[in-house]
Amino acid sequence: MSLLEVRGVSKRFGGLLANEDVSFTLEAGQIVGLIGPNGAGKTTLFNCIAGFFAPSAGSICLEGREIGGLPPEACARAGVARTFQIARTFTSMSACENVMTAAMLRQRHVPAARALAMQWLAFVGLAHFSEKPSGSMTIGEQRRLAVARALATGPRIVLMDEVMAGLNPSEVREAVDVVLKIREQGIACLIVEHVLEGIMPIADKIVVLDRGCKIAEGTPQAVSNDPAVIDAYLGTE
Amino acid sequence: MSAMNKFWFPAGSLLVALVLPLVVHNVSWLNLAILVLMAAQAGVAWNIVGGYAGQVSLGHAAFYGLGAYTSTLLLLKLGINPWLGVLAAGLLAAALSTAFGWSCFRLKGHYFAMATIAVAELVQIFFNEWDFGGAAVGLSVPMDRTGWLWMNFASKLPYYWLALGLLVLTLGVNWWIERSYLGYYLRAIKDEPDAARSIGIPIARYKQIALCISAFFSAAGGSLYAQKELYIDPNSVLSTALSIKMALVSILGGVGTLFGPVLGALMLTSIEEFTRILFGGTGRGTDTIIYAALIIFVAVFYPLGIVGWWRARKERADWARVAREAS
Amino acid sequence: MTFEIFFQTLASGILMGLIYALVAIGLTLIFGVMDIVNFAHGEFLMLGMYSSFWLFSLYALDPLLTLPLTALMLFSFGVLLYRLLIVRIINAPMLSQIFTTFGIMILLRGVAQFLWKPDFRTIENSAVSGSIKLLGLQLGEPQLVAGLGAVLITSAVYFFLNRTRLGAALEATASDKEAARLMGIDSHKMFSLAWGIGAACAGAAGALLATFFPIFPDVGANFILMAFVVVNLGGFGSVTGAFWAGILVGVIQVMGGLLLGPQYKTAVVLVIFLGVLMFRPQGLMGKA
Repeated sequence: MSLLEVRGVSKRFGGLLANEDVSFTLEAGQIVGLIGPNGAGKTTLFNCIAGFFAPSAGSICLEGREIGGLPPEACARAGVARTFQIARTFTSMSACENVMTAAMLRQRHVPAARALAMQWLAFVGLAHFSEKPSGSMTIGEQRRLAVARALATGPRIVLMDEVMAGLNPSEVREAVDVVLKIREQGIACLIVEHVLEGIMPIADKIVVLDRGCKIAEGTPQAVSNDPAVIDAYLGTE
Repeated sequence: MSAMNKFWFPAGSLLVALVLPLVVHNVSWLNLAILVLMAAQAGVAWNIVGGYAGQVSLGHAAFYGLGAYTSTLLLLKLGINPWLGVLAAGLLAAALSTAFGWSCFRLKGHYFAMATIAVAELVQIFFNEWDFGGAAVGLSVPMDRTGWLWMNFASKLPYYWLALGLLVLTLGVNWWIERSYLGYYLRAIKDEPDAARSIGIPIARYKQIALCISAFFSAAGGSLYAQKELYIDPNSVLSTALSIKMALVSILGGVGTLFGPVLGALMLTSIEEFTRILFGGTGRGTDTIIYAALIIFVAVFYPLGIVGWWRARKERADWARVAREAS
Repeated sequence: MTFEIFFQTLASGILMGLIYALVAIGLTLIFGVMDIVNFAHGEFLMLGMYSSFWLFSLYALDPLLTLPLTALMLFSFGVLLYRLLIVRIINAPMLSQIFTTFGIMILLRGVAQFLWKPDFRTIENSAVSGSIKLLGLQLGEPQLVAGLGAVLITSAVYFFLNRTRLGAALEATASDKEAARLMGIDSHKMFSLAWGIGAACAGAAGALLATFFPIFPDVGANFILMAFVVVNLGGFGSVTGAFWAGILVGVIQVMGGLLLGPQYKTAVVLVIFLGVLMFRPQGLMGKA
């Protein structure tokens, strides 16, 4: 049984079919990249898995349990954590408090939550920023904070939505390091990315979407040589 | 806020508040102090759901008035002791708030604010027409039973202690919330509701908890008002002006801060008195103008309120210092 | 209830509803273009009423005649308000936005009370007064003219938004501010315009009302609540929605009053409002 099984998921908004019959699996400890041209339906699929949308058809199973259609908070409790394209940190709180709030899913006791939070902050390399008001952080720092926050919920999978967008090459490398460290922890990652140089080298598997449908699935090597994928990207880029 | 300030400021204020009536014997000054305490308490109650959880209610007078009417009607019609009446009023308001929350919490921002205005209006219309509840004429609390047992006194001083006690209780609950996981959850809901959901927070449930607590204490404040003024009518305990004031003291003093509403109540009551003395009660609305100018000024330039602004400034300064020392 | 009473009530509801529509159009325009709910909108109406009143009392100029002047003055006032205050809170937290316009509402009411006292005023014996018999119904002349005026002005606004380039620019800013900006449309100017037109509409409604409705500093209070309901029912940002919803709200209000008693007519509208908010927040005519 795979950790995450997406089977025949479709999502319709009125007349628009954003996802059509998408299926793939994710195994424990894998890094899977979700790529495709703009408007391919990647974020929609993300939102379905994370509970922000309910799939119009199909099923999404986490360790055999159906989570499709569950609200976001239930998905989080089940073990699906996510980040957003805009970091959406809690600006009235410090970095540590941001992560503490997430840790409270597993640990209501405030001092214990704080200890957990400091661990995850160190994990993403933000330990020295723990008291910094999150509203004053740079975009890169906020992104890392969002990752720490997601990790503090003790997930089985982290969904990352374009964490590497707009970063310079050294920042991309740092982000890649964090993703690899997450895999070492045994947590699977499903990553939507446009920055292909970041995701292709580390992914165990790549799933390619185009106009709502899955057009390829395989190793990064296989996918980058797939004529359908090249066509999809060249057609729009 | 440094640990020193966190203890000394509230302790000092409490000391002042305890000593005040022993030093001030002028009845109208004492009454003014009671008004400040009651305005502060109502503001702290509002702040729990409006400031901390970020659900801006512009109809909170509905809970205040509900509290006033519940305890008064229980006393008048069933002879129930006001102490029990206050408790019953709080519980009823909390219970009714669930109906409100269930239907309105999915509304965002402006829509929610409008819904609260509509609900408060409806409650006021209801009480205006409800003959059993006195309708527009209102209800009078009799003076036949006095003393601490019946929460009814000839002099103002005991009401001062009651108001102070209720304020301290409300602040205490608020303080406990702020320090516990509930406080973190509410702040998260206020800042980024979607992100809050993504880390496992059922936002509707926690908004409701905040609202229930807020409604409870608003109603308690209303009951105390009824016992003090000995007369209530829809205009005095259910008006839009009251709703605005309950939110305003927090806006001025600092939404989402513990002492913000207290400071705001102090400012607001001072302004009201000051303008009344200066311009007289000619009904020309001068105090309203100053009031309003202040609201606009604070809303535009200091949206966090005085305490909030101060705290944010301090946090940035603290952080800057830490960053400098580290480098 | 006889047919006559029914139709009489219906007619008065429609006429009043047209006024609500005119007020709401301004409100919905502001919200549609910049996502701000103007709690002070009723005060534009109030100022329009006072403008008509003073021009009539001091210079014996008929309200219908001075309506364009009133509308123009309110237009300028709306733009001024935007440039002075609103521009500063465009990106502010929602609480600030709510309380800024709320503060303006209280300020304007206070100023009106200070300048003109809380007394109720009326305009007597203007060019329109008395009643006429139309289609077998006894209709007040001022109300009828006001209703017609509202239809005319609404049509003018509709025409402006849908048939002129400036109007198209406004609509573009409303649907996608960033895209509009990329096309060279200055958001700042569009926001000013929205506030100006919004205020002018409410002011014009005030001028129309002044011929038969009492004028006092807090008069905006009734109308802002109705305007909220109308905007919500018609869909935020939709001018056509506001028009039809306005008529609907006017009718519901008087019908509710007829069936349950005049003291409940506002309550009926509010209950419907809450119902719509809960079950169809996009309004009766809006898209989900």
